[in-house]
Amino acid sequence: MTPLSFVIALVAFTVFGAVFGCLIAGVDRIITARMQGRVGPPLLQPYYDVRKLLAKENRSLNGFMGYYLVLSLIFAILSGAIFFAGGNLLLVVFLIGLSTLLFIVAAYSSRSPYAEIGAGREIIQVLAYEPMILLMPVFFFFATGSFNVSAIFSLQYPLIVILPLVFAGLLFIITIKLRKSPFDLSYSHHAHQELVKGISTEMTGRNLAIVEITHWYENVLFLGYVGIFFVWVHPVALVIAVVVALAVYFLEIVIDNTFARVKWQSMLGWSWAVTLVCTVSNLVLLTVIIRFFAGGL
Amino acid sequence: MSAVTKSPWVLHYDASSCNGCDIEVLAALTPLYDLERFGIINTGNPKHAEVFLITGSVNEPQITVLRQLYEQMLEPKVVVACGVCACTGGVFRECYNTLGGADVAIPVDVYAPGCAIRPEAIIDAVVQGLGILEEKRVLLAAGKLEPAEMPPLPSAANKTLQGRSVALSWKDAIAQAQESSKEEPSEKEAPAQEEK
Ligand code: SF4
Repeated sequence: MTPLSFVIALVAFTVFGAVFGCLIAGVDRIITARMQGRVGPPLLQPYYDVRKLLAKENRSLNGFMGYYLVLSLIFAILSGAIFFAGGNLLLVVFLIGLSTLLFIVAAYSSRSPYAEIGAGREIIQVLAYEPMILLMPVFFFFATGSFNVSAIFSLQYPLIVILPLVFAGLLFIITIKLRKSPFDLSYSHHAHQELVKGISTEMTGRNLAIVEITHWYENVLFLGYVGIFFVWVHPVALVIAVVVALAVYFLEIVIDNTFARVKWQSMLGWSWAVTLVCTVSNLVLLTVIIRFFAGGL
Repeated sequence: MSAVTKSPWVLHYDASSCNGCDIEVLAALTPLYDLERFGIINTGNPKHAEVFLITGSVNEPQITVLRQLYEQMLEPKVVVACGVCACTGGVFRECYNTLGGADVAIPVDVYAPGCAIRPEAIIDAVVQGLGILEEKRVLLAAGKLEPAEMPPLPSAANKTLQGRSVALSWKDAIAQAQESSKEEPSEKEAPAQEEK
């Protein structure tokens, strides 16, 4: 990643990340409605929501909340830009972690009991998905010999061939990251849960708009995580990666609509169990592959 | 149409009464009518809502609740009173503990009649509310939006509301009941004496 490619990626991701994120959110709402036998909102509904939120009266319980959320948005954009510029995967993971941390601090700054419950649950969610997210770059390094995302473009085979279980583990925890049922503990899009707006209870108007936009960028980045498993030197690889990422998102919508929310204990237990099983067995698989097929695959 | 009318998020509060309108409003928010087509979402959080749907008549403890919910909502916002109970107190108007409709607690923008309110009336009222919402948004953008005037709080000193006396606590209610029970026998006795 050269400085120039980073700047280009930054500008491109700032524009297209938001556009794609918004469209994905709109399609998500329509598909969800169709699954429930409804027509659903217009495609651009998430955009209208954000426009409306920006036009609302500006009131905040804590003057710093807005700064925290803007910083959270900036780090999410930086993280996505580095990812799509082919930069260091570890840096991407840490920056998006920082973005989430700022979001949690913003919720705590309101000192509202509802927001604090949501923020506490968000921390548990981070605990649940972070081991898998941190181990993913490690396996990426085992497989490609580099932490740079751009390394996938010179692979002779896609990562899914040698890291299938890491991909399965990522699929499991990405439900938490995309804030979908059964793991939407801290914040839900649907009013059928015991804690609905949780972490964003006290975020209003412009602040809530920033939260929504951050969420768009995050979703695009997480679908990017899915995509890197399907890219190799072949020219159609990128198309395959995009199709798979969208298929995974569709799968997440199905899961969202079929499961009720679980308790945090189950979420933590399951995600750590899945992380442990997936990463250890993939480590064994990788060792076997390297032992027997070194240079051959 | 601006964004605010394309994405009105709703807060619903049932003050009291028979709950008939409460059930009607909830039924109108179900997937059957699919209000999300118009961007309407039932938020359950006053800080995220634009449209405040109130059902049922208002008694004294409700005043604080309604005022709090109203004050937590951010401008531009509209209040829709759903059903005659929320408009005037309805059949419960003469109840010892009923103060009246939602407008005894907070400023109401749209009154939707019906006992129970019909889904068409709810939709009509919300559509009318959207027009007011848009007006308020324009005023807010121009920095000219004044907060709506709050109705005066009924106090112990001022026990009358809309020209009739109301009980503000159970002690008042008992005192009033005792007074009227004292009066009643004397009224009945009077004609009896005349007959003799
Ligand atoms: S208006 Fe009629 S149906 Fe509605 S709450 Fe009052 S009494 Fe019940």
